[in-house]
Amino acid sequence: MAYSDKVLDHYENPRNVGSLDKNDPHVGTGMVGAPACGDVMKLMIKVNDAGIIEDAKFKTYGCGSAIASSSLVTEWLKGKTVDEAYAIKNSAIAEELALPPVKIHCSVLAEDAIKAAVADIKAKQLAAKEAV
Amino acid sequence: MTPVFFDHNSTTALKTEVLEAMLPHMVEQHGNATSRHSYGRTARAAVEHAREQVANAVGAYANQVVFTASGTEANNFAVHGICSNLAPKQVLTSAVEHPCVSRPALALQAHGWQAKSIQVDKDCKIDMQHLQHLLQTPTGLVSVMLANNETGVIQDIAAINQLARQHNAYVHTDAVQALGKIPVDFFALGVHAMTVSCHKIGGPLGAGALVLDNRVDIQPLLYGGGQERGLRSGTENVPAIVGFGVACDLAIKNLSTFAQHTQHLRDALEVGLRKMNATLFGSGPGFSGESRRIPNTSFFAFPNIEGETLVTALDKRGFAVASGSACSSDSSEPSHVLLAMGVDEELARGAIRVSFGASNTMEQVQHFLVVLENELKRLRNLTAVAA
Amino acid sequence: MDRKPIYLDYSATTPVDPRVAALMIPYLTEHFGNPASRSHPFGWEAEKAVENAREEVARLVGADPREIVWTSGATESNNLAIKGAAHFYAASKGKHIITIATEHKAVIDVVRELERQGFEATFLEPEPNGLVDLAKFKAAIRPDTVLASVMLVNNEIGVIQDIEAIGNICRENGVIFHVDAAQATGKVKIDLETLPVDLMSFSAHKTYGPKGVGALYVRRKPRIRIEAQMHGGGHERGMRSGTLATHQIVGMGEAFRIAREEMELENARIRKLRDRLLVGLQTIEETYVNGDLAHRVPHNLNISFNYVEGESLIMAVKDIAVSSGSACTSASLEPSYVLRALGRSDELAHSSIRFSLGRFTTEADVDYTIELMKSKIGKLRELSPLWEMFKDGIDISKVQWAAH
Repeated sequence: MAYSDKVLDHYENPRNVGSLDKNDPHVGTGMVGAPACGDVMKLMIKVNDAGIIEDAKFKTYGCGSAIASSSLVTEWLKGKTVDEAYAIKNSAIAEELALPPVKIHCSVLAEDAIKAAVADIKAKQLAAKEAV
Repeated sequence: MTPVFFDHNSTTALKTEVLEAMLPHMVEQHGNATSRHSYGRTARAAVEHAREQVANAVGAYANQVVFTASGTEANNFAVHGICSNLAPKQVLTSAVEHPCVSRPALALQAHGWQAKSIQVDKDCKIDMQHLQHLLQTPTGLVSVMLANNETGVIQDIAAINQLARQHNAYVHTDAVQALGKIPVDFFALGVHAMTVSCHKIGGPLGAGALVLDNRVDIQPLLYGGGQERGLRSGTENVPAIVGFGVACDLAIKNLSTFAQHTQHLRDALEVGLRKMNATLFGSGPGFSGESRRIPNTSFFAFPNIEGETLVTALDKRGFAVASGSACSSDSSEPSHVLLAMGVDEELARGAIRVSFGASNTMEQVQHFLVVLENELKRLRNLTAVAA
Repeated sequence: MDRKPIYLDYSATTPVDPRVAALMIPYLTEHFGNPASRSHPFGWEAEKAVENAREEVARLVGADPREIVWTSGATESNNLAIKGAAHFYAASKGKHIITIATEHKAVIDVVRELERQGFEATFLEPEPNGLVDLAKFKAAIRPDTVLASVMLVNNEIGVIQDIEAIGNICRENGVIFHVDAAQATGKVKIDLETLPVDLMSFSAHKTYGPKGVGALYVRRKPRIRIEAQMHGGGHERGMRSGTLATHQIVGMGEAFRIAREEMELENARIRKLRDRLLVGLQTIEETYVNGDLAHRVPHNLNISFNYVEGESLIMAVKDIAVSSGSACTSASLEPSYVLRALGRSDELAHSSIRFSLGRFTTEADVDYTIELMKSKIGKLRELSPLWEMFKDGIDISKVQWAAH
């Protein structure tokens, strides 16, 4: 499999590996994929009260492209609003990493992970509001 | 003393450049071309580069080249593979085909096929009227060789192809003896499939290819790991394939020099042979201004001289020539090619084939003629005594 | 950076032994000649060399040289044996074939092709250790079983089947028995004089010989008949036509001679290295050896590393040349069908690595590999959400995964 230099760079030096405190009300978690399919992505974002993503961390079980896709989005997410994050499209990820056709699903998974993390933080925020 | 080699249609010496290209792939770069690690990727790249070289030499696209272990395998693959995906009908091969085309056609008879032979004229050329006649019966495949291994006679494959296609038959040509001796152009010939081989052009034994129109639905001969796009399973013979590529490059580069040189030698040989009253086979006029034979081959006989005896006698005097095709030189049967041309059995038993290569010289030819004349005298005396 | 990766993929192919290469080269250059060309000395020399090689191949496996048929490799041998015998004996014996689910593709796909031609096939599942259960094999035999094909040594997990016992069952039931021994020569003692085997496939390039040549053993007593699959000049007593590549055959002969003479010492040395590798890798948590360890060639170690994904694992270990699954299927993303047949989960099948050691493997290679695996597995697990969950005590098999 011929990987692009960008995929190799993210694979060799993944950015923002790790976890945030999942019980923190400012932290949203998205976990997508399944071990049997060969990919599981866990993406965590920390959102401040102004709705800006302050921090993002990931862990990925998957191929080099899956690792690179999730590493890349953690870089992109920081400083974006939640709504801007939600608007990130898999095609942009695939293009940035020059993913071959058989690896497009990795970028789809990364987009799904963002959406799941955003949904989680929104649910937390809603729950907090209702609690008040 | 090393014998003078006048049997280049049987096999050829490996060219130095070819050997140099092959060696690294035997020892250091020894990967399996299907492996994903760097050894495998190096092997894969070498195979694909060779595929380009072979395609370039035969006027085809790289993705039309399916590597096999030999020309024999490619011919079997073509005949068996194309016919096996069709409802049984008629399969036509020329009466002068190599057995590795005609025998697989015969084997198809066990599966409901009718194998028929296309006649040739006295000069080894396909009888187009007979072909036309045979094609009135529904036909799956027509296979005619581009250049005959014994007489060297070149068939008008483009015309045969056109006629066969009018009757919805697939067309295969065995171009093993043509490659490197005359221009071979897959597109210009227009056939569905074409066999080429490596060891006849200064490459190693162990690699051949079927050049294949990708629209042809063909069944593999070998099943397994799915190499060659599933058409030919088995670990790629990387060194031989690499050698094939380089040999093709060289053959194309040297084509006109080779043709001029060997034709020059053959002309001199045949002047001498005619003086000795030899019968030269297949040396009649060509079709539509084309040359009639590949330039390096001469096939001849002397009345009342047994070919096998003469070959042995010449061998003792240091000349390696053939008494027919290598594959049948085991048997003392007269050449099926000559019988198909209507040559009488007696004369056919006397047939000798000389096939030149680039390394042969005019001195060798002149020496050969002297030796031949002496041997003929000696043998005729022996016969006279015996009689 | 330019250092060549350590080669631990000897089961995919071996380098040609320099001694073999040295013997081959003259036949590529000086002694060229078509061995079927009997009319001049170029042909004679080639023929003599071919017959010497045939003897060497026969000697390694306890056969008569007349029982050895040259082919272009084990794939062709398997095709010729299975199609050739099935077609020859179908009319008299029947159209049922037994093989094992973990056979090489060159057996499985041939049997599948015969199914398309109207044969019936049983693909017997091995036990979780990769070995065939003799009772189950016996039970699979039907009155119309014509042929059974079982490999001697598995290419992925290296397990050795009890060919003698399986062969005896075949004999008792009049079933033709074919054995794919491509991975066995030079690793396992083979004596066809005593083994109840009718047809056996060999490859040169898995035993330090060249690519592009193999052989098929066809028993003479009792005589086994096969239908030729390649027609032409009638070489190899009509069983297989086609000009023989003299240098390759000479190479195979020499490779098999070396194997016969050095096998014992070499296997002892390789076993030590393999065991060292095994001990080293077992210090890594959550590793699973695939296939039986006792009935196994010393060259092979196949291990699954839990909670890391297979492809990223291959990327991580690019400083060693290894294989995940067999070389022939590694172009696809499917998990190894061999490991699946042993009952391994997709995840463990995906994260398996086959280390295959050979003649030129050193202790330093093994030690380097152990350290590399420790560090790379550690790094990937640090990245792995599954490893994190495992460490948190979560049973991953109970997690509801979103379908995607």
